[in-house]
Amino acid sequence: MKTIAELLREHPFFRDLAQADLEFIGGCGENAIYATGDYLARENEPADHFFVIRSGKVAVETYLPDRGPLCLQTLHDGDIFGWSWLFPPYVWTFDARALDEVHAIRLGGKCLREKCEGEPRLGFQLMKRFARIATERLQAARIQLLDVYGQSPPPQGDTW
Amino acid sequence: MQDYVLQARDLDILIQVVRAEGFEVMGPVLRDNAIVYDAISTAADLPQGWTDEQEKGTYRVKRRNDGAYFGYAVGPHSWKKFLQLPHRQVWKARSNNSGIQVAEIVDEAPQLAFLGVRSCEMHAIAIQDRVFVDGEYQNDSYTRRRSNIFMVSVNCTSAAASCFCTSMDTGPRVTLPCDLEMTEVIEGETHYFLVGSESYRGARVLQQLPVVPSTQEHEAKAERAVQNAVRQMEKGPRNFDSTDLKELLYRNYESPSWDRVAERCLSCANCTMACPTCFCSTVEDTTDLSGTYAERWERWDSCFTADFTYITGGAVRPDTRTRYRQWMTHKLATWHDQFGSSGCVGCGRCITWCPVGIDLTEEVRKIRELEKINREGP
Amino acid sequence: MIPRVYRIEHRREEYPGTFTLEMSADRGRPVTCDPGQFNMLYAFGAGEVPISISGAGRRDGLLVHTIRTQGLVTAALERLKEGEQLGVRGPFGQGWPLDLARDSDLLIIAGGVGLAPLRPVVYSLLDGRGRARRTQLYYGARRPEERLFRHELNQWGRAVSLVQSVDHADSDWPGHIGVITGPLQASRINGPETIAFVCGPELMMRFSIRVLLESGVPASAIFLSMERNMKCATGLCGHCQWGPRFICKDGPVFCYKDIQPWFQIRGL
Repeated sequence: MKTIAELLREHPFFRDLAQADLEFIGGCGENAIYATGDYLARENEPADHFFVIRSGKVAVETYLPDRGPLCLQTLHDGDIFGWSWLFPPYVWTFDARALDEVHAIRLGGKCLREKCEGEPRLGFQLMKRFARIATERLQAARIQLLDVYGQSPPPQGDTW
Repeated sequence: MQDYVLQARDLDILIQVVRAEGFEVMGPVLRDNAIVYDAISTAADLPQGWTDEQEKGTYRVKRRNDGAYFGYAVGPHSWKKFLQLPHRQVWKARSNNSGIQVAEIVDEAPQLAFLGVRSCEMHAIAIQDRVFVDGEYQNDSYTRRRSNIFMVSVNCTSAAASCFCTSMDTGPRVTLPCDLEMTEVIEGETHYFLVGSESYRGARVLQQLPVVPSTQEHEAKAERAVQNAVRQMEKGPRNFDSTDLKELLYRNYESPSWDRVAERCLSCANCTMACPTCFCSTVEDTTDLSGTYAERWERWDSCFTADFTYITGGAVRPDTRTRYRQWMTHKLATWHDQFGSSGCVGCGRCITWCPVGIDLTEEVRKIRELEKINREGP
Repeated sequence: MIPRVYRIEHRREEYPGTFTLEMSADRGRPVTCDPGQFNMLYAFGAGEVPISISGAGRRDGLLVHTIRTQGLVTAALERLKEGEQLGVRGPFGQGWPLDLARDSDLLIIAGGVGLAPLRPVVYSLLDGRGRARRTQLYYGARRPEERLFRHELNQWGRAVSLVQSVDHADSDWPGHIGVITGPLQASRINGPETIAFVCGPELMMRFSIRVLLESGVPASAIFLSMERNMKCATGLCGHCQWGPRFICKDGPVFCYKDIQPWFQIRGL
């Protein structure tokens, strides 16, 4: 069986990290299995982990009193979930719920952020990688906001 | 080959012979203080003794101090109005219990003679031929009309200040085929046309005219007259090198010059209406009140109008900057890739008839200068 | 060129404001169309609109168009009922280069009603006229219920592997939620071996092209269908000019390599 560090090495997110760093990150990680409906994260609860989704589908959700859970985005095999552990106050902003059986590597954000404070080089490496994911998600969210597939606003004047 | 001499006093005979051959003659007439193209029945209808003064946003007809028939350059009209009709019905349709029936409107293509077609205008007609006749699809109305034209061309012997055919390599000497080619020569008491035929139909007309073979002197005088027009343009302010226009404009889609011209351009579409090559059209669909009879009409359109590029949601070219850029870049650059030649013949109509005096040749120069400054610094 | 009269045999609503007409030629034989071409549809008295062909059945001879109501003419087309007639001019333009897909992985990327001109591609794969080594269809839409051809999509699985992503959905939606470029990015695209057909809103096409290029798909293997104001459809009226090209006769499908410099010019 592969160690967590070995599994991480195969993921593009961790590519080219120093072996010692990978060992450290892997050292505070564990394999986790979530059944359908299980929460990986819940809004306002302490965010002490992040996840590499190995298989399965995760919904990033928020909850509306009159509508119930509202899915903002789905995450799938290979996706990374969770950056709230990096920033105070270290609590989740959204829910993350397994939509089917999810196999994930749950990594210890809490021990990692303490290590990063002392090792800015590793901190910067991780920050760059999370920033990339954050910008990709921001970009996607912006395109979603544009509602490109929606009906255009009623055109003015004489049109076809 | 122009190798005969027709005395100016016999010009009317030419017109009558052409009419007798079955053509309705269209030629220059003076109307509303402009020389325009319309039906003529005698030489007396021609603007004899008149010329035009043209500059940016300026057009005035003026008396000449001689009796020249073709002593003007070009007016606001071009021959395209007889070939690509400004407004024509395309089809009619009925809807009743048995369904829809659509019937094409085949408009009558009259036998027309164009009298006094300039070299730039012949190039313009050739350019429109490439658009409407030579492509995969034809404009049938244009194609039928075009095939009926008896063309009498006239070499230019003087140029307006707005003319720049020498820069576009489209004049002033007629080089494209026509039925009859003429050069008007007027020196003191001498007033004749050097005339030649280029077609069977032209030769038939020529045979019926009181012409005499030309002498070397006749020909030399005619050549000097044409050279006069060449000199006027080559010395004029609108003389420029057009060989690299396509590359220049392709490089300059984002030139600040477009912003500057957009501050002046009114998007009024005058340039496109006056231009002898602009071919854009749109269609209008209508029904009668009962809703059972419908028509489709085609009319001239302009890339300067707001709804020209309308797609779901809005116009692709929403402002004057992008519309002027489209017009000029089409005319001088993309036309080459579309139809194998420039879309500009140097007739100067867009300069004269622009209400704010935008000069295409000046805009080319500005783009060139701004590009140079951008590259090398001021 | 005057329209031929067609009769509406079947009409179904895809979702509110978007409908599909299946029609037969009133007289004579139906025209043959290439996937990706378009027709001008004439609603009596109201006018014509360019609509891509979403099907031209070989067996039943039915011509299929999927239309989203946007203006007067499309609204008039929407009011037409089965048995009523409309005019059709076409087919016009250059379609998808299916021949090039023969020895490649075909990647079809569609957004919203952009799936309509790609439907005939899928059907030509299903009935064996077209061939590709393997085919993936990435379909992005606004909501699950705002997808075209919903009842057909699952049957397409015989010919294509389907990945769908919508902007908004409940958690019981089996596909992705988010933009289509997300799953596209995550997929293992074999860049040099892939040919991509893209149709959707221009913005979605821009972002998809970016992902494709990053994945090593050559610009010469990316094809996209462009939309501009087409009136005559025959290159004579000037409206649909796009730089040196006429969308109606040189397109609507273009190879990205040929149009790359023009694609980024705004207000062209």
